[in-house]
Amino acid sequence: MSPTESTPAVSSATAAPGGAAAARVEELPMVKALNAGLRQALADDPKVLLMGEDIGPLGGVFRVTEGLQAEFGRDRVVDTPLAESGIIGTAIGLALRGYRPVCEIQFDGFIYPGFDQITSQLAKLTNRGGGAFSMPVVIRVPYGGHIGAVEHHQESPEAYFAHTPGLRVVSPSTPNDAYWMIQEAIASNDPVMFFEPKSRYWPKGPVDFAGTAAPLHASRVVRTGTDVTVLAHGAMVAVLMQAAEIAAGEGVSVEVIDLRSLSPVDYGPILESVTKTGRLVVAQEASGFVSVGSEIAATVAERAFYSLTAPVLRVSGFDTPFPPAKLETKFLPDADRVMEAIDRVMAY
Amino acid sequence: MAPSTSLDPMPAESTPTVQFLTPEGELVTSAPAEEYAPYLERLTDDDLRAFYRHMAVVRRFDLEGANLQRQGEMALWVPSHGQEAAQVGSAFAARTQDHIFPSYREHAVGLVRGIDVLSIVELLRGNTHGGWDPTDPTNGNFHGYCLVIGSHSLHATGYAMGMQRDGVVGTGDPEVDAAVLCYFGDGATSQGDVSEAFVFSASSQTPNVFFLQNNHWAISVPVRVQSRTPLYLRSRGFGIPSVQIDGNDVLASYAVTAKHLDDARSGKGPQFIEALTYRVGAHTSSDDPTKYRDEDVHNLWVSRDPITRFEKYLRAKGEGDAYFDEVRVEADDFAADIRRRTLVLEAPPIGTMFDHVYSEPHPVLAEQKLWLERYEASFEEEQA
Repeated sequence: MSPTESTPAVSSATAAPGGAAAARVEELPMVKALNAGLRQALADDPKVLLMGEDIGPLGGVFRVTEGLQAEFGRDRVVDTPLAESGIIGTAIGLALRGYRPVCEIQFDGFIYPGFDQITSQLAKLTNRGGGAFSMPVVIRVPYGGHIGAVEHHQESPEAYFAHTPGLRVVSPSTPNDAYWMIQEAIASNDPVMFFEPKSRYWPKGPVDFAGTAAPLHASRVVRTGTDVTVLAHGAMVAVLMQAAEIAAGEGVSVEVIDLRSLSPVDYGPILESVTKTGRLVVAQEASGFVSVGSEIAATVAERAFYSLTAPVLRVSGFDTPFPPAKLETKFLPDADRVMEAIDRVMAY
Repeated sequence: MAPSTSLDPMPAESTPTVQFLTPEGELVTSAPAEEYAPYLERLTDDDLRAFYRHMAVVRRFDLEGANLQRQGEMALWVPSHGQEAAQVGSAFAARTQDHIFPSYREHAVGLVRGIDVLSIVELLRGNTHGGWDPTDPTNGNFHGYCLVIGSHSLHATGYAMGMQRDGVVGTGDPEVDAAVLCYFGDGATSQGDVSEAFVFSASSQTPNVFFLQNNHWAISVPVRVQSRTPLYLRSRGFGIPSVQIDGNDVLASYAVTAKHLDDARSGKGPQFIEALTYRVGAHTSSDDPTKYRDEDVHNLWVSRDPITRFEKYLRAKGEGDAYFDEVRVEADDFAADIRRRTLVLEAPPIGTMFDHVYSEPHPVLAEQKLWLERYEASFEEEQA
């Protein structure tokens, strides 16, 4: 499957969904789907604000916020000074005042200057306040590799945040999920880390503007199979779909699960699938040590031990810094690396 | 060049410190204080008595807290002794609709704004992480203590950005216009978050007044290690006007804060006040100032005590023994009440640790809470 070869979009993403245009499906890249989702959220609730570096006239370095400042004004689409702690810290203050800030972190590797405000303040404030107030802040993070970029621009730091109580962590893999999940994240009264797979920013896919949103924290079976379960989130889901296709050619029936939510993890579909297949391979771009994939492997081993035919395997980035871009294809798991793991679990 | 033995950074050519009351309690005029003098004219004798009463009560509360800690009732105490004038004067300068973002030593500000300061005991005893509800109007918009140095300066800035969007800045209506008063210490000025707060507040011209209590010590490190220039100059490079005051002079603290809050509320952007004061006590009950403190410097600052100074001023104005005796009794009663209520505090129910981690239901925490309840109940069953 190649989403880039879909039919062109019927109109530009600036045509907001809703109104009289019912049952409308458009082929859009994820950046346009996110743009439409953010536009809808801004239109629906005057308390929603976008904040970040270069998100105004430029529309963000990935153009996710293109046109939104012109439409909603500089008080609601805020070009901030270049300081991540400042962006998150002031978003916390705005949330205390009743606003719903959506912060854009320009690249994954630039989130660390804001790490203290996210983990020590944003994640803990509702708890510290004894529930007197909530922290409806969304932090959008373009993450992951496959874009050939320089250091700090291709990382997958999800595990730091999934490890932090008080945060919710989600990651869409398709334009349709991106459109709906960003609106659900903004509607949540808890802080949501929203990891956008930037290698999936440009392939087009159908966005059903008249559809209904799946629950934000639901995992989803995106291909059914009977021999082995593979799961991932974000950009790795497309890699799993390629691997499942290859495996099918070799007579192995692969069930693919799109995790969608990294915290909390929706184990229902995962355990149901593993009960059926007896085998699980967990894939991620992030380094494997102390990763979300490790946590899922441990939990499945605890809860589905007697259903397992083979050990749960992880396919991850190596435990190195993200390498220079000319080596990224060797670092990032591809369909062949996933197949290698599928072959190993099928040997049991 | 030999290192300075002074606590202070290199002095500015002529630092125009605003002072109305000398350490001897004499009312003086000076050029730097002139523009703030009209703010003193608003004050009634009852206001002045309220200043004194709050300073005396919070000093007694602070002593009781330290004693309760030494008696094992709290893991930690954070003394405010010596900083009462900086806190009480500035707190009285704030209006009802203003919001306060304290650090963690602003017991007097909390008292003035109306919180039950037993909440501070509960926090330091380990019963809570917060204790008072800043969204409850009876708590005077006094936000929670923040233990990571300087982090809250950004929350204060964001809050003020919200006020701008709500249209409560620069309307000209004194009942509507609002500002955010944010407290931090000399150590905090080294934190990146405080610099970022200056950047963001200057960029958005937010209604913030940043109130620095320079108590000369960041635990054991003197202020000259934090800065080679007087700290009140720190904000000017960010485009934020600033002033240095005698922080042990409650009248200077009141007048200068009132003026700069007015400026902030009227849309003139952020303001910065450095109040020179001194931490007479330890950083916390875990600290040992005898390891690093110069006794001569210490004694000099003790001689500048803010409460003694104000008492001299009030007595010279005609206040008699009866009033001071009355305040002493009130302070003792206040402390006794805190002690009585502290001794009956019970640990919070176990389940509460799960209850407000998220605002919305969370399956993992629901499961863990249930597990712990059953686990605990299993011991009771064994005993039964």
